[in-house]
Amino acid sequence: MRQKTTGEQNSAGRDDAPADTPLVLVEKVRGAMRIAATCRQAASLGLSAGLALADARAQVPVLSVTDHDPAADLAWLERLADLCDRFTPLVAIDAPDALALDITGCAHLFGGEARLLAEVSRFLARWSDDVRLACGDTPEAAQALARFVPAGVSFESEDATLRRLPVAALRIEEETQTALIRAGLKTIGDLAMRPSAPLAARFGADLVDSLDRLLGSADSRITPRRAAPALRFERRFAEPIARTEAAMAAIGELAEEAAVELEQRGMGGRRFIARFFRSDGRTYDLATESSLPMRDPDVLMRLLNERLAALADPVDPGFGFDMIRLAVPRIEPLTPAQLQLEGGTIAQEAMAELVDRLSTRLGRGAIRRFQPHDSHVPEQAALTLPAVDLPAPAAWDAPQQGEPPSRPIHLFDPPQPIEVIAEVPDGPPHRFRWRRSQHHVVRFEGPERIAAQWWKHAPGKSPGLTRDYYRVEDARGRRFWIFRHGLYETERPDPRWYVHGLFA
Amino acid sequence: MPRSESLESLKTRIAGIERARSVETAAVAGTGHLGIDAALGGGLARGRVHEVFAAQADDAGCAAGVVAGLAMRLGVGLGVGLGTGSGGTLVWLREAQAERQGGRLHAPGLVEIGLDPARVIIGVLPDPLAVLRAAADVVRCPEVGVAVVELWREPRLLDLTASRRLALAAEASGVTVIGLRIAAVPSPSAAQTRWQVAAAPSLPMEANAPGYPAWRVELLRQRGRPSGGDWRVEWNREQACFADADGVADFGPDAGGFAAIAAAPSGAVLPFSAGRPAGAPKDNRRAELRRAG
Repeated sequence: MRQKTTGEQNSAGRDDAPADTPLVLVEKVRGAMRIAATCRQAASLGLSAGLALADARAQVPVLSVTDHDPAADLAWLERLADLCDRFTPLVAIDAPDALALDITGCAHLFGGEARLLAEVSRFLARWSDDVRLACGDTPEAAQALARFVPAGVSFESEDATLRRLPVAALRIEEETQTALIRAGLKTIGDLAMRPSAPLAARFGADLVDSLDRLLGSADSRITPRRAAPALRFERRFAEPIARTEAAMAAIGELAEEAAVELEQRGMGGRRFIARFFRSDGRTYDLATESSLPMRDPDVLMRLLNERLAALADPVDPGFGFDMIRLAVPRIEPLTPAQLQLEGGTIAQEAMAELVDRLSTRLGRGAIRRFQPHDSHVPEQAALTLPAVDLPAPAAWDAPQQGEPPSRPIHLFDPPQPIEVIAEVPDGPPHRFRWRRSQHHVVRFEGPERIAAQWWKHAPGKSPGLTRDYYRVEDARGRRFWIFRHGLYETERPDPRWYVHGLFA
Repeated sequence: MPRSESLESLKTRIAGIERARSVETAAVAGTGHLGIDAALGGGLARGRVHEVFAAQADDAGCAAGVVAGLAMRLGVGLGVGLGTGSGGTLVWLREAQAERQGGRLHAPGLVEIGLDPARVIIGVLPDPLAVLRAAADVVRCPEVGVAVVELWREPRLLDLTASRRLALAAEASGVTVIGLRIAAVPSPSAAQTRWQVAAAPSLPMEANAPGYPAWRVELLRQRGRPSGGDWRVEWNREQACFADADGVADFGPDAGGFAAIAAAPSGAVLPFSAGRPAGAPKDNRRAELRRAG
């Protein structure tokens, strides 16, 4: 496995100070302003991270100072990671200042590791003037080489170079580092020569682990930001294309390629992402989901066009797109459909297509289906879940024969408070006031007592109050579901009342 | 051209535009209630737009119940608990605001009136425009059985053009559209029928418990047939039909004017013969009222 790490100075992306004054980023550490990062010029003047700002000012009187903003740094890193997506699908963020790219099986596409490295360097030069790149057998090796080997130094072999690096390259705790140096173990090589058992006994097992990972004797992988899609189809353009319609036409061609590939595998996609890479590095995503696996390019293009029309932030071609990709992250088996005489399959597919189209346009949460949930708490007895996630409808239990409805058709969430007059405090309601009008209870049934879920709460903590539900009908015939919240005297001295739903 | 001839040709042209004749040819689904079916000339027309108005905002639950009942009569979502249910799919489009104010649709409550929630797809959409746009898509899909378009108050977008567009799409695809309107006043529309639903006292069960859902259903208007008619109906879950809710109900002090209507034996008001002029049933009912009062 070959890995590559790019090291970034975190001030690189947002240098708004005059070019000739040294720039430092400061943050408040235990009440004192301390330097979090420096630009190259400031570093050459002897300033470094951790120095108090007052001391730095004493050393370098002309200093431009900006607040350190870790969130903006991370956002910037995310954007760079998006850009690096064009080299390999496996990109990981190594916060706060590095990216790790898994280039296993990708380098040959660019003509070898060295050519790929040059390409990445040329590409990232547009975004930052202080990028350090290195290839390594493991992610740890790559980041150690990127951080500790000065640029332009060529090394004979990766292993030999790693062995000459200081122990700080292990990225271990400061105390362990100090202890190692005191013991005279200053380089990786010094550690690698020694047997691991005494090292682990004295400095901890973590040290041996990181040493093994650095030298490649233990397996180590990056955790990519996104899992590699099951299938992806790309088109690169020598000349950027400047019209969104032309880009969508290219996506259409990719959709046809995808359909052929999916058909050969007997699969269909559940999720599709079209990604536009703008030549200046910005990317746009159009994502769509389907409730049943599908591969029909026309249907897919219809969904993607829906998505395009529904975007809050429209796709701006700017100077044009130089690459377009269609990824299929989720695939599931899709056998060729057998047409039923009565049209059963077709009806199901047509419904699924309608659901997909509406969910794509209005958001996946807007179109829902009911799903039963095993709970006696009324508001949790049914879930409404996005219909794209539930292609198969759930089965519901039949109602009790010969009984009028015991559950309302409309449920208020949260329940609405009402003022109730009852003849006795723990008795049925007599009259209540809801939405500024009085309702006189003519008929009632109850109480149906629903206790709180005490088994879901830690012992000693109150699980909530018991509810006594009544079905009541007022003089006009409106039927309500109201409850007393808390048992009179045992749970509450003065229980409140709520209307929880309306019956049909 | 003689005057009468040009008038005739104009009439045929207008008839062609209005598609007045297609009304007769529409398939109907009986409601199970003899009086209502007689007034509708057999039952509720499929592939048309029907409007159901809640008489007051707090009759929203009752109006939803009637809509669910009509959907079941149209063959959607019957047979809950018998596996996957039968018939087409019910797509119910609502506004997010309605969901917050009027309560969300409760699946166990749908089960309790016999509608299988597995056959229901809910759309909770941000505004009336989104509801109407989604409705246009839903109505065009012939695999949908019934589309319910629930709108609160009077959205400016729901004008005659919008409702006409829905009606034409429904006619083309055969999807029956039920417009559920809450806190709204009827306005001109292309609907085939227009109903108003209010709560009605149910027939009490043992120990004076509230009984089966009962409603006062009023036919405000229908196309091509005499309008008018006012029934007290009960929903029979086991038979999945609307039944006549006669019997004596006791009324409280604030039951108001229509206690008299409900108390009048419904058989005396109904059924209306199909050929009766539009004005007649109303007068007839008023006479009944006078007698009852």
